[in-house]
Amino acid sequence: MTIADVRDILNAFVITGQELLDKEVHNACGSDMMSDVLAFVKDQSVLLTGLVNAQVVRTAEMMDMVCIVFVRGKEPGEDIKKLAQERGIVLMKTPLRMFPACGLLYNAGLRG
Amino acid sequence: MKLHFEVPGDDFTRAGEASGELKRKLKRLGFDPDVVRRAAIAMYEGEINMVIHAGGGVVDVEILPDKITIILTDYGPGIEDVDKAMQEGFSTAPDNIRMLGFGAGMGLPNIKKYTDTLNIKTEVGKGTVLTMTVLTNKQA
Ligand SMILES: Nc1ncnc2c1ncn2[C@@H]1O[C@H](COP(=O)(O)OP(=O)(O)OP(=O)(O)O)[C@@H](O)[C@H]1O
Ligand SMILES: [Mg+2]
Repeated sequence: MTIADVRDILNAFVITGQELLDKEVHNACGSDMMSDVLAFVKDQSVLLTGLVNAQVVRTAEMMDMVCIVFVRGKEPGEDIKKLAQERGIVLMKTPLRMFPACGLLYNAGLRG
Repeated sequence: MKLHFEVPGDDFTRAGEASGELKRKLKRLGFDPDVVRRAAIAMYEGEINMVIHAGGGVVDVEILPDKITIILTDYGPGIEDVDKAMQEGFSTAPDNIRMLGFGAGMGLPNIKKYTDTLNIKTEVGKGTVLTMTVLTNKQA
């Protein structure tokens, strides 16, 4: 699926990276602990998290992830948006909580 | 090629800047994506540790065709029991660090996993030096 599909499935709002929505994604990871995310390199491309700070973007950058989904409608600050833009990472927010958000993406074919 | 980074200890937001810079540099130099990612993640975990446990420090990187060496030096509290610190899940991070998304006790195990060699020299009350290498699978 594409990042645009992720947006539609999660009823999400794209915050930055509108021009990158055509990118293909196959794997996702959901966590609020960044070292847990960093522990498994498996070409994940989507990171779902309830954590909102610059280290979420840096973690995605280190992992070559292309899309971050903030769950529970959390809104990142300007510094986070700017960093994501510079790194070519899509930011979006969904009103869903972590568990249903991961479940919906899994059902639609994303793997962990 | 040699690189030197200062890691400020008082600015959590900027932690990881140096690792990001190294990552982009290695990419531009044309190293294998897996090598780039392993080196970047290992340095990032080390950089974060310096900031949350040791009040910042410095990083020296040497890039050779066949090997990337990363040396992280801090003058923080040191690590009391290195064997324990290397175990998955061991962390002394307080709750306010956990609120920032760190303190799972996975950083040092991750570094071990992604590097080809890891050496930890530490003295309680003096500081810690982490020396790690990532082999690039290229002939020198
Ligand atoms: N540079 C350092 N100076 C002092 N103590 C350190 C340093 N690096 C690690 N430690 C100690 O070793 C423990 C384990 O480190 P590790 O990176 O594995 O986990 P963490 O940093 O606590 O959590 P995580 O890395 O998952 O966010 C730390 O909790 C801390 O007590
Ligand atoms: Mg750590």
